[in-house]
Amino acid sequence: MDVERLESILTQYEGYPQDLIPILQDIQDQYHYLPKDELKVVAQRLNVPLTKVYSVATFYKMFSLIPKGRHQLRVCLGTTCHLKGGQRLLESVSSHLGIEPGYTTADMQFSLETVGCLGSCAQAPVMMVDDKYYARMTIDKVSKVLKLYKE
Amino acid sequence: MPKIESVDHLTEYRRQIRAQRDPKQQQILVCSGPGCLPLGSTEVAGAFQEQMQEKGLQGKVILKSTGCHGLCAHGVRVLLRPQEIAYQKVTPEDVPEIVETTLIGGKVVERLVYQDPDSGQTAVHKSEIPFYQGQKPLVLRKLDEIDPESLDDYLVVGGYRTLRKVLFKMSPEEVIDAVERSGLRGRGGAGFLTGRKWRLCRQVPGEVKFVICNGDEGDPGAFMDRAVMEGDPHAIIEGMIVGGYAIGAHQGYIYVRHEYPLAVKRLTQAVAQAREFGLLGNNILRSGFDFDIKISQGSGAFVCGEETALIASIEGNIGEPMPRPPYPAQKGLFGMPTVINNVETWANVPEIINMGPEWFAALGTEKSKGTKVFSLVGAVNHTGLVEVPMGTTLRQIIFELGGGIPGGREFKAVQTGGPSGGCIPKQFLDLPVDYDSLQEVGSIMGSGGMIVMDTTSCMVDVARYFISFLFEESCGKCTPCREGLRQLLNILNDITSGEGKEEHITLMEEICTTMASASLCGLGQSAANPVLTTLKYFRAEYEAHIRDKKCPALVCRPLLTYTIDPEACTACLACVRECPVGAISGPKKEAQHIDQDICIKCGRCHDVCQFDAVKVE
Repeated sequence: MDVERLESILTQYEGYPQDLIPILQDIQDQYHYLPKDELKVVAQRLNVPLTKVYSVATFYKMFSLIPKGRHQLRVCLGTTCHLKGGQRLLESVSSHLGIEPGYTTADMQFSLETVGCLGSCAQAPVMMVDDKYYARMTIDKVSKVLKLYKE
Repeated sequence: MPKIESVDHLTEYRRQIRAQRDPKQQQILVCSGPGCLPLGSTEVAGAFQEQMQEKGLQGKVILKSTGCHGLCAHGVRVLLRPQEIAYQKVTPEDVPEIVETTLIGGKVVERLVYQDPDSGQTAVHKSEIPFYQGQKPLVLRKLDEIDPESLDDYLVVGGYRTLRKVLFKMSPEEVIDAVERSGLRGRGGAGFLTGRKWRLCRQVPGEVKFVICNGDEGDPGAFMDRAVMEGDPHAIIEGMIVGGYAIGAHQGYIYVRHEYPLAVKRLTQAVAQAREFGLLGNNILRSGFDFDIKISQGSGAFVCGEETALIASIEGNIGEPMPRPPYPAQKGLFGMPTVINNVETWANVPEIINMGPEWFAALGTEKSKGTKVFSLVGAVNHTGLVEVPMGTTLRQIIFELGGGIPGGREFKAVQTGGPSGGCIPKQFLDLPVDYDSLQEVGSIMGSGGMIVMDTTSCMVDVARYFISFLFEESCGKCTPCREGLRQLLNILNDITSGEGKEEHITLMEEICTTMASASLCGLGQSAANPVLTTLKYFRAEYEAHIRDKKCPALVCRPLLTYTIDPEACTACLACVRECPVGAISGPKKEAQHIDQDICIKCGRCHDVCQFDAVKVE
C-alpha cells in the first residue's frame, strides 16, 4: 500500500464520519477503484466500522472494488437515448470491446458502464469517454471513437 | 478580485465594472451548454480565438463561452451581440467566414441562420425565431449573456443586488412573507409551497439549521438543472444565502451529481469566488450575517434525489430514504431543521425578491405561479430548453416552440415528470401545463423533463424501460418498491417478448395500487405512474402484444420478423458482414436471405442496409 498517496487524500479532511463519501470519491478518482487495504485505513481513521465503509462502497454506482480500466466509457441509457437506439449503441460498443457493461477489458484499457442520463438529451444517443462527450452516435462511428483511445 | 467590505463598496465596484464595459462592443457568445458541448463548442470557441488573433481583433471583440442558448437541436449556437444575430450548426470550419463576413464585413452568413423546418423561411435574429417567441425566461434569462466563470459578469447584470436588499432592508420574516406571497412552489417535483416550507423551518427552535440545494438531477431526459448550474451558478448561491438568512441557517450544501463534471467545477469555482469576494463567509458585507456553502458530490444513485436519501448521503451514509414525518424542515441534516430546495427553485429566489412577489405571482395560473423550465426532447424538431409561464399548453410547447414532430410523423404521447411521471396522449394536447392539471391526467410536473414520442415509440416498451430503470435504482429498503418493481419488470419483459397473458394486465394494476399506497418514499409511491398511464391511454397496444403477439410500433424485438426483399436487395453484402450470428446468406450476386431459426433480431442488418431492402414486421 502506498501510504503517502493515501495520506495526501486523508489530510485534506477533518476526519468526521461524513467525510467518508468524499474520501472514497477521491480514492476512486485517483486509483480507479477502492483497494481493500486503503479501505481499512479509512475506516480506522474516521472511526467508522469497516462494514459501513463496504456498505457505502457497494451502494453507490460510482465506486468499484475491482480495478477499472484507463478509460471510462459510459453509454447513456436515458429515456431519449433509449428511444433513439441507446441499447443498440451499447451492444455495438460491447461487442467491439468484447466485454459486457460493468466489466473491464483484459488489457485494462477500457471499462464499460451504462448511465441513467448524461443530460445531453438533445443530442441522443450520447456516450462519454472519460470527460469527453460523443453526440448523435451511430453504430458505424463506434470503432472510430474507440480507435482514438487505443494505444 | 478585491475583497468587498461593505454595501457601498459593492455598489462602487459594480459601478466601476459597468463603466469599463461598452454595451455597443462586439461580443461573440458561444454556447457551451449541455447540448452544444458534445457537438464541439470548445473547438468552435478555440477557432474564434485563433481568428481574432489572426485578424487583430483582440481587445476589440469580446469572446465568451456561455451557458445554454436553448435551441440545442441546432448546435453549436453562436450569438453575436449587439446585433442579436443567431448562428446555428456552427463548426470550427465556419468560423473564418463568420469573422470575415459578419464581424469585418457587417453582412449575415445566410447559410448559418435559422430555417423553419416546414416553410423554409429564415430568421436572422434571435427574437424572430419561433422557438424563442412565447418563452418567458426568468431562470434562463442570463444564460446566453454571461460568462458563468466570471463573477464580474454576474454583477454587471445586477447579481447580488437582492442579497444587499435582503441583508439590509428586510427582516427574515419579510423575506419569507415575500416568497410565500409569490406563490413559488418547489421545482423539484412535489410542488410544495416554498415560502411555507421556509416558515415551518424558521419556526422550529434551534441554533443550528441548514439549507440544501438539490442538484442531483437524475430524471432521465431532464437537463434543466444542469444548464442552470453550469450557466448561472451565482444565482443559485445568491438564492441560498437569501434562504439561509430567512430561516436562520449559516451553512448551506449544494448536492450535485458527479455525472455532471462541469457543473461540479463551475459551482466549486463560483463558491470560491463568492468567498474570496466577501459574499460568503463571516459577517457578509458587514451585515452581521454569517453564511457559507459546501459542495457535496453525488456518487451515482438516483434515489439520492429524494430529500431524505440526499440528506443521508451528505451525512456519509448510503442513500436510503427515511419515513416522513418528521420532515427535513423539522429534523433534517445531522438531525437539525433543514430547508431543501431544487436548483431551479433557488435560482428563482433572487428575482422574486428583486422584482417583488406580486410581479412573480402575476405569471402563471391560479395555483402554479411563475414560469417553468422544461427540457423538450425526443421526437420534436426543436429539441432544447424552454422556459414558459405555467399554464402554457402542451400543444404550444410541442408544436409552436418545438416546431412539431420531425419527418411528418404523427404525435403519439409526451412523457413528463421522469420515471415517476406518465405518458400523456394526444387528446390532452390542449392541457395547460401546471402542477394540478398534470396530476389530473395521471402524470406529474416532476423536475421538467418533457419527452415527445411519435408513432415509432412503443408504449409498452416505454413502460418497461422506466420500470427497469427504477428497478435498478430502487434502494431496496422497503418491500413494496423492491419486490413490486421486480414483479412488474418480469411481467413487462414477458409481454414485450411475446409471453404475455391476459391476466397480466389486472395483476399489474394490483401491484401498482399496492406500491402507490405502501412504499416508503416518492420513488416507490410514484413508480407505477408510467405503467398506469400507458395502461389507461394505450391499452390496445398492450392487447396487441398479448393477444396478437405483435408490436404495432415495431420496437419490441422478439415480436419482430426481419426479411429481405429480393426485389430491393443489391447483394452488396453489407448486412452479411454486420450480422453477428451469420444468419444471412445467399448465392453470389443475388438477393440474400435471412434464416429465421438463426436470426436473433438485433436489427443491425436493417440499420446498415442502404437500399431499404431489409423489411421489419
